[in-house]
Amino acid sequence: MALLEIENLTVTFKTSSGPFKAVDSVSLSCDKGEILSVVGESGSGKSVAMLALMGLLPWTATVTADAMRFDGRDMLTLSARERRRIIGKDISMIFQEPMSSLNPCFTVGFQIGESLRLHLGMGRAERRARSIELLKLVGIPAPEDRLSQFPHQLSGGMSQRVMIAMALACNPKLLIADEPTTALDVTIQAQILDLLVRLQRDHGMGLILITHDMGVVAETAERVQVQYAGQKVEEQDVKGLFADPHHPYTAALLSALPERALRRGRLPSIPGVVPGQGDRPPGCLFAPRCQYATAACQTAPKRQDRALGLALCNYPLVDGVPQGHPGKAAEVNA
Amino acid sequence: MNAVVAEANGLKRHYAVNRGLFRDPATVKALNGASFSLEAGKTLAVVGESGCGKSTLARLVTMIEEPTEGTLLIDGKPVTAGDPDLRRAVQIVFQNPYGSLNPRQKIGAILEEPLKINTSDSAPVRREKALAMMQRVGLRPEHYERYPHMFSGGQRQRIAIARALMLNPKILVLDEPVSALDVSIQAQVLNILMDLQAEFGLAYLFISHDLSVVRHIADDIMVMYLGKPVETGPAEEVFANPLHPYTAALLSATPSADPAGARNRIKLEGELPSPLDPPPGCPFNPRCWRVLDRCRTEEPPLEGPGGHCVACYNPMDGAGEPS
Repeated sequence: MALLEIENLTVTFKTSSGPFKAVDSVSLSCDKGEILSVVGESGSGKSVAMLALMGLLPWTATVTADAMRFDGRDMLTLSARERRRIIGKDISMIFQEPMSSLNPCFTVGFQIGESLRLHLGMGRAERRARSIELLKLVGIPAPEDRLSQFPHQLSGGMSQRVMIAMALACNPKLLIADEPTTALDVTIQAQILDLLVRLQRDHGMGLILITHDMGVVAETAERVQVQYAGQKVEEQDVKGLFADPHHPYTAALLSALPERALRRGRLPSIPGVVPGQGDRPPGCLFAPRCQYATAACQTAPKRQDRALGLALCNYPLVDGVPQGHPGKAAEVNA
Repeated sequence: MNAVVAEANGLKRHYAVNRGLFRDPATVKALNGASFSLEAGKTLAVVGESGCGKSTLARLVTMIEEPTEGTLLIDGKPVTAGDPDLRRAVQIVFQNPYGSLNPRQKIGAILEEPLKINTSDSAPVRREKALAMMQRVGLRPEHYERYPHMFSGGQRQRIAIARALMLNPKILVLDEPVSALDVSIQAQVLNILMDLQAEFGLAYLFISHDLSVVRHIADDIMVMYLGKPVETGPAEEVFANPLHPYTAALLSATPSADPAGARNRIKLEGELPSPLDPPPGCPFNPRCWRVLDRCRTEEPPLEGPGGHCVACYNPMDGAGEPS
């Protein structure tokens, strides 16, 4: 059994203009020692799904799922108190904005020590020793001095290292990194990604890497799950995904990358925008922007089998050719 | 076609920062000597990490601030504060389309404001011009009466581009125009920018940290580090054959969307030094793996054959690999 198993997770937010489904029947699994990447544009529900697992959503959110199991435990029926014992210890999370995720009022040492005290009951000297060890692990020079510093004295890259140190404090089994490098410069991004992958290997953790950057996915992930407007549209191993994407959205996303296009040529872009709360199409959510959409796509699309990357599409692509497609005549957006 | 529309020579901008009651104010050399020229119909990309002076450069070229030292010629005329003709010739598109449009103005009013201030066009003429420009960037006429909050990020960036073009500028400064957008939207906006450049013969000063975008759109490139250009040249040549170790490291650190591609990443140690206290000699020397004794004391000049210049005493060899 996998370390984390989520089946048909749905998250609905109550808003003033009616309910909004941010995550729609998403299944996800991540095993020990595996790097799963969740890719999607903004509004694809990739962060919300993970926040639901952590129990960090506001009261306006309703979370339902067929199953949500972590390490053999059912996360759905846990009480808040029991959940807090797992979160921060066995599952921990790194957030996107390192500068605003740290509490500006407390020293780095205090913030790292907090989870050590709460989860492991360490004493003051033990905490200090472990904090120094952690800061060394994430590559911060002169860790003894850093412990007494405040977050404003750290650069973005250093703050993100501190966040990683905090997340690793209790040797978690699963680490969720939500866009860990988006706010950082490329050379620092390379350092942080190397660090995450190294730590994941050394500790045999499961790592869920949420990102929108296809380059980051290609360089770090093993298995990739692509999300669009709250739905999982495709899942494949990383090589397969980049070589032969099965969902038209994945294919379009990859060909929109400037580095895959001819220099100064027109970029193949995806027309339109991600559907919002008011304009969700009835069938396939990608149909209004899809070049292969037909009348059949106005109703819910079929989930393909694993060989076709679990693509949520009636006409999955194989080598760029839609399978079972009735031809140009039937297309609605052609 | 290839008329030089802007020329900068040794541009510098220094800021004084207060460091508390008991310490003397220090000088931050945000931009410390940049020279370049912009040609009509061409794109000069400025690349570098945060704190390298890219945005300061944008502020100088758009005349939001005056240079501390150095000269800037736009259209052959030296830039002096408050010359309305020159101000019209240079426009800017900012990074964040959520922050750069007034939420209380309708799109029509946003687009017409530059005309209202700078020209004597009557209201119907202004409206006509605004509608024409909206069509040009792919907005529909009914958007004229809408407010910015009704638009997505990509559409807002189109509005910002349309506003910048209302006065027919010669130079468009693009300060990270696509980095706040999703990939699929980014492609749309880049396509529009390339079309507009071809149509109006605009000179772009394209500021970005995303090298794959720069590689796609730029003709010339200027790599900056700590307020100084460290390498300049035609984009293709710089990408194929980076001479400065920092350029090489930056290129190898950029993740490529190809899981099968060979990784030969140059790992940079440490971070950007504080611009308050730059290291002596070459600004890159504390992080450089090809550092010579000379680099720690002397500052290398930016020089090189042809258009491809580099400020380094021990530049990379031709293969682009560390030797």
